[in-house]
Amino acid sequence: MEPLLDVRNLRTHFFSRAGAVRAVDGVSFSLDRGEILGLVGESGCGKSVSSLSVMRLVDRPGRIVSGEILFEGRDLLGLSKEEMRRLRGNRLAMIFQEPTSSMNPVFTTGSQIAEAILVHERVSRKAARERVLRLMQLVGIPDPERRFRQFPHQFSGGMLQRMMVAMALACNPSVLIADEPVTALDVTIQAQILDLIKELRDRTGASVLLITHDMGVVAETCDRVAVMYLGKIVETAPLAPLFEAPKHPYTVGLFASIPRLEETVEWLQPIPGTVPSPLDLPAGCLFRNRCPHALPICGTAEPPILEIAPKHHVACYLYEAGGRA
Amino acid sequence: MKLLSRLSRAVWAFTRDYKLGALGGALVLLFLTVALLAPQLAPYDPDTISLRESLAGPSARHWLGQDNQGRDLLSRIIFGARMSLYISLSAIGIGAVFGVLLGMLAAYYRRLDMPIMRLMDVVLAFPGIIVALTTIAILGRSVNNVVIAIGIYHIPQFARLVHGLTLSIQETVYVEGAVASGESDFSVLTRYILPNCLASIVVQTSLLIPGAIMTAATLSFLGLGVPPPTAEWGSMLQNSLQWAQMAPHVMIIPGLALMLAVFGFNVLGDELRDAMDPRLKKR
Repeated sequence: MEPLLDVRNLRTHFFSRAGAVRAVDGVSFSLDRGEILGLVGESGCGKSVSSLSVMRLVDRPGRIVSGEILFEGRDLLGLSKEEMRRLRGNRLAMIFQEPTSSMNPVFTTGSQIAEAILVHERVSRKAARERVLRLMQLVGIPDPERRFRQFPHQFSGGMLQRMMVAMALACNPSVLIADEPVTALDVTIQAQILDLIKELRDRTGASVLLITHDMGVVAETCDRVAVMYLGKIVETAPLAPLFEAPKHPYTVGLFASIPRLEETVEWLQPIPGTVPSPLDLPAGCLFRNRCPHALPICGTAEPPILEIAPKHHVACYLYEAGGRA
Repeated sequence: MKLLSRLSRAVWAFTRDYKLGALGGALVLLFLTVALLAPQLAPYDPDTISLRESLAGPSARHWLGQDNQGRDLLSRIIFGARMSLYISLSAIGIGAVFGVLLGMLAAYYRRLDMPIMRLMDVVLAFPGIIVALTTIAILGRSVNNVVIAIGIYHIPQFARLVHGLTLSIQETVYVEGAVASGESDFSVLTRYILPNCLASIVVQTSLLIPGAIMTAATLSFLGLGVPPPTAEWGSMLQNSLQWAQMAPHVMIIPGLALMLAVFGFNVLGDELRDAMDPRLKKR
């Protein structure tokens, strides 16, 4: 079956005075119907820019340089501004990191969600209001009638993020992009919001692209994971294989640097070295300067993407020709 | 009804926390009432000449005395208030409408930024009175041309304010979210950016009005404002110069009116700015 969203070889670069920053450089991933795909990586690796590219919300000096973003078989990059505007919030919805600044402070929260419906559908204000109240119930907001008339500052962060989820779902999107949706929330609320997202996926069948740097969130929520490093995806795998046996040295390093409850250690194991400047990237594999298994060949050309198990892809020379590591 | 009670509660809280501002507000209200009801309130026709009573001092019949042509000063002050407020409010209105529009467009459409804002800088580079004098010289002398002249100078004042605000509001997540949920440019500008600029625009308006009143009076004083014999504070002051030694009230009274009006708008604007800035909240 063809995937719902298929991103192929996406390149989004930022053109600064100091030179072009290749924030996203040849990223390919796909999202099946009803799937939750986690996009993980450290700050600045291009996860957010990838998601903004899918929505075509990259502002100058950034620009999508090349690639294809196939949504239901249509290339989003070929659509006009107006066609794209009609898709946003309708078929493709987005949730942001900071719930407290995600809503317009001068209007009531309910009216803003209703507005999101009215932008895309010809329904009466009253019908929109009814639907908002039902959505608010769906995302677990007590006393929706009263909450509808309240302003954003009268909500807690968790409640507001529920409202943002309701707003994102207002037009029954088929793809929901959640950019660090729980990072600004405390842990108990995080779990509630993640459960909510999963539950809504089960109920509405929407696909979710979940962007996060938190492996805990990934383990909790995702079906499949893509790991990004410096604008490229280095490893893609279903959840269990990735957590049990990560293959790419960067993924291995990431897991090694996470503290474990069952072990008492004096020091965590960081990945040695630092991320190279995006203005001055090394040739070949970008992780080479920090990789404990680097080979001579790693410096020559970009590593190929190998399928080492069903649905498990790694961009690393170590697994070429049957694999050695 | 609900809005009215909320408004009256806000006015009450402002009066309690900002005494000076409330005094300014009262003065502004007084001048506005006087201006609106000028024909009803003025005891005499402001232009009726009575040369036998030239320069007469305050009396029971003419509370504030009479000018060199025997015209009733109180009536002239009252009609002068109407003129001053008409000029300053409409001029600021013109400045606000065009300034807000240009400022928002310049910030929202980056392409327009350079031409619009540099043009604003050019206007700003000249002192206000020079811009006004030049405009009057080109358009000719009339009340509405004075309004246009002062209005033009205030466009960049609003444009710069709104330009800056728009730039920062544009970067907020809720605007990004609005775009991500498919809102059109028009609705982003009118439903997200403009309402969030409103508080600052209100404050800016009340802060600029006294300047506009002064500029209008200055233009008349220089003989380029409202043509005589229309009652206007600036031209009354100009006219009084020759008689100031013999009859100081002819000069003091319009001067006092001008001062009180400017003072009223100034402190109201100042304290309104403090009241609307949450960081400067008095408790």
